[in-house]
Amino acid sequence: MSRRISRLGDTHAAITIALVLGIALLIAFLDVGTAANSPVHVPDFVISLVGKYLCYAMLALAVDLVWGYAGILTLGHAAFFALGGYAMGMYLMREIGARGVYANPILPDFMVFIGWKQLPWYWYGSNHLWFALILVALVPGLLAFVFGFLTFRSRVSGVYLSIITQALTYALMLAFFRNDMGFGGNNGMTDFKDIAGFSIDARATEVGLMLLSALVLAAEFLLARFLVRSRFGKVLVAVRDAESRTRFLGYRPESYKLFVFVLSAIMAGIGGALYVPQVGIINPSEFSPGNSIEAVIWVALGGRGTLSGAILGAVLVNYAKTWLTSALPGIWLFALGGLFIFVTLFLPRGIVGTIAAYFDRRRKPAVRDQLLAKEPSAEPEPVP
Amino acid sequence: MRRTRGKQRLAWLAALLLVPGFVLVFAVFSPARAAGGTDPFAGLASPNFDNIQNAVTELAASGNPRARPVIAALADNRLYTWRWPRPDNGLFIKDPDGRFVDARTGKPIATPPFPIIRPVIVNDMVRSAIDAAKGMLDLFSRNVTVRHQAAEALFEAADPDSLPLITRALAHETNPGVHALLAEAEAAARLKSAATPVPEKLAAIRVIGARDDLAARSLLASLSGAAPPVAAAAAAAVRHIDRVLALWNILETVYYGVSLGSVLLLAAAGLAITFGVMGVINMAHGEIVMVGAYTTLVVQQFVAAVFPALNDWSLLLAIPAAFVVAGILGIIIEQTLIRFLYGRPLETLLATWGLSLILQQAVRSLFGPTNVDVTSPSWMSGAIQLGGLTLTLNRLWIIAFTAAVVGLLMLAMRVTRLGLAMRAVTQNRRMAAAMGIRTPIVDALTFGLGCGIAGIAGVALSQIDNVSPNLGQNYIIDSFMVVVFGGVGNLWGAVVAALILGIVNMVLEPVSGAVVAKIAVLVLLILFIQRRPRGLFPVKGRAVEA
Repeated sequence: MSRRISRLGDTHAAITIALVLGIALLIAFLDVGTAANSPVHVPDFVISLVGKYLCYAMLALAVDLVWGYAGILTLGHAAFFALGGYAMGMYLMREIGARGVYANPILPDFMVFIGWKQLPWYWYGSNHLWFALILVALVPGLLAFVFGFLTFRSRVSGVYLSIITQALTYALMLAFFRNDMGFGGNNGMTDFKDIAGFSIDARATEVGLMLLSALVLAAEFLLARFLVRSRFGKVLVAVRDAESRTRFLGYRPESYKLFVFVLSAIMAGIGGALYVPQVGIINPSEFSPGNSIEAVIWVALGGRGTLSGAILGAVLVNYAKTWLTSALPGIWLFALGGLFIFVTLFLPRGIVGTIAAYFDRRRKPAVRDQLLAKEPSAEPEPVP
Repeated sequence: MRRTRGKQRLAWLAALLLVPGFVLVFAVFSPARAAGGTDPFAGLASPNFDNIQNAVTELAASGNPRARPVIAALADNRLYTWRWPRPDNGLFIKDPDGRFVDARTGKPIATPPFPIIRPVIVNDMVRSAIDAAKGMLDLFSRNVTVRHQAAEALFEAADPDSLPLITRALAHETNPGVHALLAEAEAAARLKSAATPVPEKLAAIRVIGARDDLAARSLLASLSGAAPPVAAAAAAAVRHIDRVLALWNILETVYYGVSLGSVLLLAAAGLAITFGVMGVINMAHGEIVMVGAYTTLVVQQFVAAVFPALNDWSLLLAIPAAFVVAGILGIIIEQTLIRFLYGRPLETLLATWGLSLILQQAVRSLFGPTNVDVTSPSWMSGAIQLGGLTLTLNRLWIIAFTAAVVGLLMLAMRVTRLGLAMRAVTQNRRMAAAMGIRTPIVDALTFGLGCGIAGIAGVALSQIDNVSPNLGQNYIIDSFMVVVFGGVGNLWGAVVAALILGIVNMVLEPVSGAVVAKIAVLVLLILFIQRRPRGLFPVKGRAVEA
């Protein structure tokens, strides 16, 4: 039985990667390779829009890894995404150099504006791309490590964990809103000019960034896929379904959770780092708790614990958001709210989970029964 | 012929010269004459600022009943006199509505002398005389509050020249509070006077030192350059005042903390039922609070339209209305959504978050996205003074209201049948069902109760916060923090947690600023939960679940 599921998983992974890369390449080709008046031509703005969806998909993938496989319902993962974005934003700010409004070769505009005379220490080195890339992984990873180390060791779990992750991102949001933090306060960072020497508004850069996002997403997907199918992943699922039992079998659930939490934070941070140059702005509202919860619903819609479902959910919901907020602006929040309710009540396995269950049912009824008997749940069933 | 014409011309010229000459003579002599006479108003008609200034002071001291309106008119540039001086030194007050009255008698003037009068102009010297005169007039006012303020102003001015005035006022004063204040003003004036002997100055320092406030402190601190015994006594008094002020400061911080804590508690009380007792993660809790606030608005507008006489009391009507509206909304939510998700807390969390988005957007499309104006009744505005503390009435009302709501809630849980059933279902659902308790109904009512309390919280929050569709979002994280910090399933825990959070926030605020204080509180809470995952007062026993 398990071989069958894993074989299904293989096809599954191949399809996912082929779709992600194929669609990205197709859109890039339709933009660059066709004439502007051609019926299949894709306008330029779609490129950065797709790039944005791909970055959100990385965030969703990260959430699915911790929520779907380790049972940690994080309501603060957008914080790691935003931190990665800020690390990249610092580099992009420094790249502006003397072309800013105040023409200060060292200080970004907002620091000149609030009267700072020199760069704060945590901005040192941010003019190098390689250093920014290290920060992109290091800052979210470090925060996740400290937070996770304290939290998992003291066995905070379930709802409590969700609430304190939300408090974490809320506290970060309040902090980044302050001008004294040296990250641009309320306005954040924007008006970027270059990335690694290429003009950020050039079409070639946009297409390149979008394709890079697709590649990174595919790589992150493969890594996550490898991880959850390894022995490590099996223990992780065991921790999710019965943490105490796993502990009594001699494993250390907190170490497994911590590792996957840190890895997931880094994956989200990389997503944020690719997001900022494509969107052109990063500000504290990215930390708002609503964003993190939205990421969770992407995963829930696509299918929790499927990885590919997370990608699908992120793209679907964000496409719907782009479409609805321009077509029917008053409807979007109703639709999103309704989606939360609909998915939790009627589609608990999400789209991919439901489809996978359908195929399994056709192949072998026994598998269906087993799958139905065991709903994924983050916590042991409450004993009445 | 030529000669006679020339003589005529000369006579005209003489006449032209003589008339202004007379006028000039009059102008110079008439004030002097008036000052020597009994008319205290006369100097005001003078073109000379010194005369006006003296007249103002004289008038204030005269005890003339018309002194107050005349000086007030002078201050507002509504006092007029003849354009060219006349012996009667006429003075006229122009009412705000344009009519003229005689300044001395207050009687209306039938034919306005408009073209031949001019306003009496004041300069800075006259202005300060007017201010002093007003203070003097106030000191003999029939209104105690006015006298109190005047005495306070005299204390702060600490002017040795006003000593005779203070002595006179002291002799007249019957109100003990004002009398004491005047005695302090006298002491302050004596301290500032060079003529006062040292023992009297020491006595004055004792009188002023007993005030224990900032005004006394700054007055005493200014004495550091005085004679050694006086300076030493003043320094000792300053140290004493500093200690007392520090104490008041602590009390004030505690008061603000309790005030903030009661707001937090009010917002969290409903959650303590739905989350704490039932274990339902209701992310739409903040939006229920918002619905309560908007119910207040609707009730207020309804009352204003139907019974305008009851405008001031519409808030009392809003309390049951908000409870019922929010409670029914809660029961509907429980029946249509929550009951399908019992035992799946994380799914509940997501579904109720979606519900909160829908409620927000619904209110936004019904009432608009901007802040709406919920007015405060008159009995909630103002402040009372308690020693060195200023307690604003609306904060006091909210503290009292919170105490009442939480007290009633605890009582309801303890003595009512529904409360008994609720506790039974929480402790052991199957056993409760076996004993004949209809657990589904109890679930719905419990959730309705929690939401109703949240609605009542909305009524109170509408008085101190902006009522907008985002109202709920501002409280949801704080509310969860209070419940988690206090210990789930424990109302007392929520009370203690809210008060601690409020006070800690207020202690940190002056040191670090409001935002950093809030961040610090959140971080402290996150760390606290690591140490005690089940909060301050965990519920122990077999009923506890993950």
